[in-house]
Amino acid sequence: MSAIALTPLDLALAAVLVAALAVLSYASSLGLERQVLISALRTTVQLLLVGLVLRSLFESEGLSWLVGVASIMLLVAGREVLARQARPLAGSWGFSVGTLSMFISSFSITVFALVLLIGATPWYLPQYAIPLLGMLLGNTMNGVALGMGRFTESAHRERAVIEGRLLLGQTREEATSDLRRESVRTGMVPILNSMAAAGIVSLPGMMTGQILAGSPPTEAVKYQILIMFLIASGTGFGVLVSVWLTAHRLFDDRHRLRLDRLR
Amino acid sequence: MAFEVDSLRFLDRGPVDIVVEPSECVSIMGASGSGKTLLLRALADLDPHEGRVCLDDTSCAEVPAPKWRCQVGMLPAESAWWADTLAPHFPQDLSAVMLEPFGFEADALTWTIQRLSTGERQRLAIARLLVRGPKVLLLDEPTASLDPDNVDRMETLLTRYRMEHNAPVLWVSHDPEQASRVATRHFELRDGRLLERP
Repeated sequence: MSAIALTPLDLALAAVLVAALAVLSYASSLGLERQVLISALRTTVQLLLVGLVLRSLFESEGLSWLVGVASIMLLVAGREVLARQARPLAGSWGFSVGTLSMFISSFSITVFALVLLIGATPWYLPQYAIPLLGMLLGNTMNGVALGMGRFTESAHRERAVIEGRLLLGQTREEATSDLRRESVRTGMVPILNSMAAAGIVSLPGMMTGQILAGSPPTEAVKYQILIMFLIASGTGFGVLVSVWLTAHRLFDDRHRLRLDRLR
Repeated sequence: MAFEVDSLRFLDRGPVDIVVEPSECVSIMGASGSGKTLLLRALADLDPHEGRVCLDDTSCAEVPAPKWRCQVGMLPAESAWWADTLAPHFPQDLSAVMLEPFGFEADALTWTIQRLSTGERQRLAIARLLVRGPKVLLLDEPTASLDPDNVDRMETLLTRYRMEHNAPVLWVSHDPEQASRVATRHFELRDGRLLERP
């Protein structure tokens, strides 16, 4: 059994719903209509384009193409992490800390899964590599943005407490221990919640997609469990690394809080 | 155990030079915004600065920063508290009787921070600093939020600490009468320079 193909008319009917939402927003002056329409347009254009890119990528099977696409995904995710923070690190640090953290966790876990768990030939078969990396990057990006954002904002707000602790002779690690714990927790809560609710409240997207495409539910479930574990560990490692690097950057070697290093 | 400051520059202020002898207290006054707090922060190595700050011939740069701040104890104008109760803010081996001179009973350590008044917090912040035994005190308006009785009590305690520990003390105050009560030499911070007042 293969999936029932969608016609442009099906998509157009679904788009009517979004348009209705925009009209409702306008009528009740929520001011969201512009954002709703632009986001819907972006989704359409971006996904149509990526469909074309993926089709040629799947046909080419070259490692260099894959690396190129993966790098673009990473850089865009890095920009997104930066854009979501109210007070990011100043200079190139804001971009590089997030990007590096996502690179370390998402890329290494994707390679781990491709080589040791899935074992396609060649191991970088784009049909597996790109969706896997996409799901990992997407979730890690959310976690890293939340974790870094929480740390920088709290450091800014709780400056008096952090400096009060430093003045009592605490090290930068001791003075930020609560803050780092809260930030890591903030970054990891979404994925922990979705693991806890998976299957009962929500049917995760990938599994739903596989079932719609005709895979037996038991096979789809196995893939979904694998993905959940990968996403959880990828997000967790990414958040840990990013919060650690952010905390490191916000202090100098004399254990001074350097809020001047925030934008 | 003298506290020596040599050509200290911080932000756009300085150079500041001063030597505070063991068990000597100097007062520092100055208009608001003149940088009194910034001076203390630089001395506690909480802000970047240039020049030499020495305690007993050991310069700040030779000591790890946390250790320097244990020796050079700064009391910020507003005390910061991070746990729910008092106990985590004090050394674990603190015997509760040590809080008595500050006007607190033995069970005070179990109190929650929320129920403390501003004045109580300030007295406890002074206690928290002194029980750690710093060798130098940098006090930023230590009694600004206290009633007259407690101003008295804290002045006496801080003076006793200074004598018993031979500690140099820099006392920032906006009250000339207090300055003349607690300090023997008086300085004013003006245009980024520290000038001795008669």
